[in-house]
Amino acid sequence: MPKDATLKTDATLKKDATLKKADGATGDTNHTGHTGTAVRAADVDVRFRTKKKDVTALTDVSLDVAAGEFVAIVGPSGCGKSTLLKLVAGLLTPSSGEVSLYGERVRGPRHDIGYVFQRAALLEWRSARRNILLQAEMRGMPATQARARADELIRMTGLTGFEDAYPHELSGGMQQRVALCRALLHEPPVLLMDEPFGALDALTREQLNVEMNRIWRQTRTTVLLVTHSIAEAVYLADRVVVMSPRPGTVTEIIDVGLPAERDYAQTLATPEFRTATGRIRELLGAVSAHD
Amino acid sequence: MHEEFTVSQSALRTTPVETAGVADRQAPRLHRRAADVAERSWRPVALLVVCFAAWWLIAATELVQPYLVPSPGRTLDVILDKPDYLWQHTWVTTYETLLGFVIAVAVGIFSAVVMVYSSTVEKTLYPILLFAQVVPKIAIAPLFVVWLGFGIAPKILIAVLIAFFPVVISMVTGLKAVDPEMLQLSATMGASPWQTFRKIRFPASLPHLFSGLKVAVTLAVTGAVVGEFVGANEGLGYVILQANGNLDTPMLFAGLLVMSLIGVVLFVLVEIAEKVFLPWHASRRDVAATTAY
Repeated sequence: MPKDATLKTDATLKKDATLKKADGATGDTNHTGHTGTAVRAADVDVRFRTKKKDVTALTDVSLDVAAGEFVAIVGPSGCGKSTLLKLVAGLLTPSSGEVSLYGERVRGPRHDIGYVFQRAALLEWRSARRNILLQAEMRGMPATQARARADELIRMTGLTGFEDAYPHELSGGMQQRVALCRALLHEPPVLLMDEPFGALDALTREQLNVEMNRIWRQTRTTVLLVTHSIAEAVYLADRVVVMSPRPGTVTEIIDVGLPAERDYAQTLATPEFRTATGRIRELLGAVSAHD
Repeated sequence: MHEEFTVSQSALRTTPVETAGVADRQAPRLHRRAADVAERSWRPVALLVVCFAAWWLIAATELVQPYLVPSPGRTLDVILDKPDYLWQHTWVTTYETLLGFVIAVAVGIFSAVVMVYSSTVEKTLYPILLFAQVVPKIAIAPLFVVWLGFGIAPKILIAVLIAFFPVVISMVTGLKAVDPEMLQLSATMGASPWQTFRKIRFPASLPHLFSGLKVAVTLAVTGAVVGEFVGANEGLGYVILQANGNLDTPMLFAGLLVMSLIGVVLFVLVEIAEKVFLPWHASRRDVAATTAY
């Protein structure tokens, strides 16, 4: 059965890739200037060796993400979703298979990505603005340009008025906005988000989802989002990758088929939204029933 | 260019924040801090007063022979009678303590950094450090006098040896306690190891380091006095030994009192330094203010 699933996946993938390419001609506002495939994983396996046993985290994972596309990854806990993001960032190397960013094979940490973790991971001794500017300092970006970009992001994420607050003075939602600004400061062509809103309360999460949609449309960056929330995945993404339990592999890729600009309440009421969430629930439920 | 950042940032921070986001932090905090200090210190001060009262009572009622326990008044008289003598020796002990402490901190931080960045060095050095810590310093003190003479050197060496260990341990813990996600983030930013150390690891380790420094500074006083006990012709250890030999208990008590005072003052100085350098540190925070949502 898994073999079957991958085959089907590949088929949908190819169809999708061509679709996206056709799209690229009109959607060239992408300010990174890249088109085509942003992220490609081909037959990726990841095995960890611990003292007691070998653990296969990912097996036979293939995925293509077009430039400017928003892809969400859902799956049961421990299925290797985060591992997949770390592979793309070059923080981990696959045991076999290949991961590439814009056609270039990933070997070692990539600098052309932005990364957001579940915990904001802010430096306690720096104000919000200086946390954002850490990105610029490490990269040696010109100071004036970095400050202008930081101001722009602060406005975009609704952090105005909190620039000089320290992390302990900020709520979880605000801290996560700071982390997002930091990840976007250098205008990365690819943004990787590992359950960025997982630790927030439901209301804050919805607000940030709406903002995330707007930010994605404004920046036109490619986003890979790992999440546990099916609603969040469908609301935000062009496509949702559903993964199986460990050893994680791609069970199915669902095309959401909603326009890029999405009103929250209206989107949740659309038949497309209900079809997609229903299908994902079915897949994840079926997966757990088999266990 | 990095400097440029820092300067403009601090300039920004001093400008008043007009928006509703962050309330003006300065004025209420000073008030609260004063109330805080009073709230925290009245109990220990009261206990100290009780102890002195008990001491005075024991001496006044001659419950114990006066030559064994002099009254607080007589002890104070001795201090006021011979201020130059006491000051001279206090200065010697303070000097030895500070020098020993500073060397211990420098060597301690350096070894901790090397140990954290190289596991080979850590595996080699750690057992030796532990051994050096386990050997009773008081037992090897006479040897140092034989090697280094009666001067200031053996006192400083003992102070360094005693104060070094808590510095290394706390610094190693601090450097290792850094959020691994922060380091991964740093890798994606293309930061050099030096940048990661300077901007992330070192500042993150400071709260741990300071708790080690507080232990170390009080131990450094002990180290210096131990050195003086074994062989010296100046310093408070020498004063106490002399007074002991002459059965001059008031002077002995005076020496003890001044010695404790050195320890307390140095400890408080380290605490102040901690507050100045790490205003953001969690254990120093009053109540985390929630500003949004």
